[in-house]
Amino acid sequence: MTEGGQRQRTLLRGTLSLLAAAAVYEAMARSGYFAPALLPTLPTVARTLVASVADGSIIEHAAFTLYRVMFGFALSVAVGLPLGILMARFSRVEHFFLPLVSALMPIPSFALVPLFMLWFGIGNLTTILIVFYAATFPMMFNTWSGVRSVNPLWLRAAGAMGADEHKLFWKVIIPGASPFIITGMRQAFLRSWIAVVGAEMIAASDWGLGWVIFDAKEFLNTDVMLASLVVIGLIGFMFERFIFGSLERMTVLRWGMMRAAKG
Amino acid sequence: MVPIEIRDVSLIYDTPGGKVPGVKDVNLNIGASEFVCIVGPSGCGKSTLLNIVAGFLEPAAGEIRIGGKKVDGHGMDRGVVFQDFAQLFPWRTALGNVTFGLEMKGVPKDERERIAHEQLRLVKLDKFTGSYPHHLSGGMQQRVAIARALAYNPSVLLMDEPFAALDALTRDDMQRLLAEVWRETRKTVIYVTHNVSEAVYLADRVIVMTPHPGTVKAEIRIPLSRPRDPLSVEFLDFQKELLRHLGHETGTNEPTKTNGKADA
Amino acid sequence: MQDAVTTIMVDRTLDRSQGGERIRLIARNVFPFVVVGGIWEIIAWSGIFPRRLFPTLEEVAASFVQLTITGILPHHAIETLIRLLTGFALAGIFGVTIGVLMGRSRRAEDIFLPLVSIGAPIPGLAYAPLFLLWFGLGNISAVLLVGFVSAFPIIFNSWTGVKAVKEIWVRSAQAMGADDRRLFRHVILPGALPYILTGLRLGLAQAWRILVAVEMLAAVPWGLGWLIFGARKFLNTDAMLAGIVVIALIGLALEKFVFQKIENYTVVRWGMISS
Repeated sequence: MTEGGQRQRTLLRGTLSLLAAAAVYEAMARSGYFAPALLPTLPTVARTLVASVADGSIIEHAAFTLYRVMFGFALSVAVGLPLGILMARFSRVEHFFLPLVSALMPIPSFALVPLFMLWFGIGNLTTILIVFYAATFPMMFNTWSGVRSVNPLWLRAAGAMGADEHKLFWKVIIPGASPFIITGMRQAFLRSWIAVVGAEMIAASDWGLGWVIFDAKEFLNTDVMLASLVVIGLIGFMFERFIFGSLERMTVLRWGMMRAAKG
Repeated sequence: MVPIEIRDVSLIYDTPGGKVPGVKDVNLNIGASEFVCIVGPSGCGKSTLLNIVAGFLEPAAGEIRIGGKKVDGHGMDRGVVFQDFAQLFPWRTALGNVTFGLEMKGVPKDERERIAHEQLRLVKLDKFTGSYPHHLSGGMQQRVAIARALAYNPSVLLMDEPFAALDALTRDDMQRLLAEVWRETRKTVIYVTHNVSEAVYLADRVIVMTPHPGTVKAEIRIPLSRPRDPLSVEFLDFQKELLRHLGHETGTNEPTKTNGKADA
Repeated sequence: MQDAVTTIMVDRTLDRSQGGERIRLIARNVFPFVVVGGIWEIIAWSGIFPRRLFPTLEEVAASFVQLTITGILPHHAIETLIRLLTGFALAGIFGVTIGVLMGRSRRAEDIFLPLVSIGAPIPGLAYAPLFLLWFGLGNISAVLLVGFVSAFPIIFNSWTGVKAVKEIWVRSAQAMGADDRRLFRHVILPGALPYILTGLRLGLAQAWRILVAVEMLAAVPWGLGWLIFGARKFLNTDAMLAGIVVIALIGLALEKFVFQKIENYTVVRWGMISS
């Protein structure tokens, strides 16, 4: 059994299973048992997707969604990262925030959507705040555990080599905690992405991929719905793979530290 | 107990870099109740050979016979102890680990617990039968592993550097304990190590293997009476002889291999 | 996977200081809530926001008590829990089965992995309209969606768990005469258990998050999601907040009383994860 042969077989089986799934779907769509409005054929979905890209509508929706997600995510990093560091470095801060966080964390972000809609209306502000709420906890928590888990030997070694508090922080603690921080960002983004789609759906706001999907339901435009699902999946996948994947490769993987952040 | 015959055994590793011979044309006859140590540097194929005898690897050529019966895969005529402490099942207590083989054999519960208690007493762990492995020290875990391998009463005990990851003092204790256990059970033992003094302390006969490809280079009988004194002149002479076979010049105290490192 | 880990860490820090200075510990944990509650009250009384939109804590508490006594809140909560458990049970049964299969058989892995990898990166709620169209408004859609979405982490973790079972355990067991069936029962399953439990835990957390939203979209007659969504129409912010409190309490209880108990009985006792 050679490595190459095995890989080829994996590829072949994977492709076959995808093709089979597509064929089953297509057969169901064409069988006539289901309304075409509910189960459009794959070519229809593809045509809708191409058309919406061509006229730019889906890109505009995606741009709105991305704007909200990036804004909320950036905000969560700006708050969660320093707070996590402070919690790990000063026990007073930790004692104050930890109980609050433990109480707030089990509240799903979607549960706050109706409340935020009342307070902030429908639109960007509500969506961004929901994203912020969803992403801040993982960011903060991972930073906190990362800084706490910095190997004390490194601190002693750096201290012995004459590093002062300031240098210790920037040259040892931050790089030492970086596997966790990156994991935190990754999770925070994932949460943001989930939150933004949900928030756009519930707090329908005329723009955004979540709204498109929900709106399409009203008019039984299942093809639009599936096309947007594809776009949502693709964007999420690309962020996960390319941005966070390469961030990891550039830092912690290169340092051989990834095991440290393994949950 | 039963003899082991190793006939013309070869094994070739298929690596991305090409074919690498693991062991080549190894012939060994091990007598019933004999304690044989295999020593050699890393990569000499000693562990590979042990895994072939255990039935985890299949030789490309040659055959192994245990008590005249050809080896085909793993079987309950052999007990195996590895170097890694993690070999114990963490979800079972010391007692649960030792009863495992008996359970597989279909021995009734009372009977297998009685046997397991006995085995744990043999390795001096009767006070820890209810402990989970992570509460035991490395040395204790390895003793459980020995009791576990003995519990279902195999005729052969195969040990792959079982004490290599222990500290030097614990290792000394364990060697004494193993010598005792062997005296009581009279199993046929193949014991792989890279620690020369350990081999001289334990073995009736030491097999020296050399790498590229893994072959038997020398066989040395150790006729010393037991228990052995590691500081006696004869003991040290055997140690020097082994080191010479392994390519270490004696006379300088530079490469004292006596404290084998826990690196393998 | 980090979710589970981080929550464990919180509890550990809280647990560690137990013993002699219990009271100080309680005071320390209550203090932040007093501060936040105080700020809330000040904002509520100051009238920056209309009182209907930003009720005082007394109003929220009164509403909570009243809704509980009349049985409205418990009814909502029970409906939600039934949906959660049904959906999660589906996910657990299918998820563990598929994941373990993928870990054991190369063929199953090759077949399922592409499908799972394509489905997983899409946020669960995005499937909601599709499910609502196909299965109609109401319970079936809600339960199926919850099951579908929470199956992903369960599949992934069970799969990794089975693959991560140490080779040395398998070898030891084989040397002691375990056949394939018993190898599976006595070695593979317990060996993979820490991962499977993590998967179930993440799955349940996911199910919980998504269910609240699904109840808002699926127009189910009862359920906490529906309660808070419906309360918005009549500006019943106090009822909404009471609902949110219950949601938080249930989420906390699931984590504390279900999963930590199971873990303490198994993988923590075995030393396979530190507590």
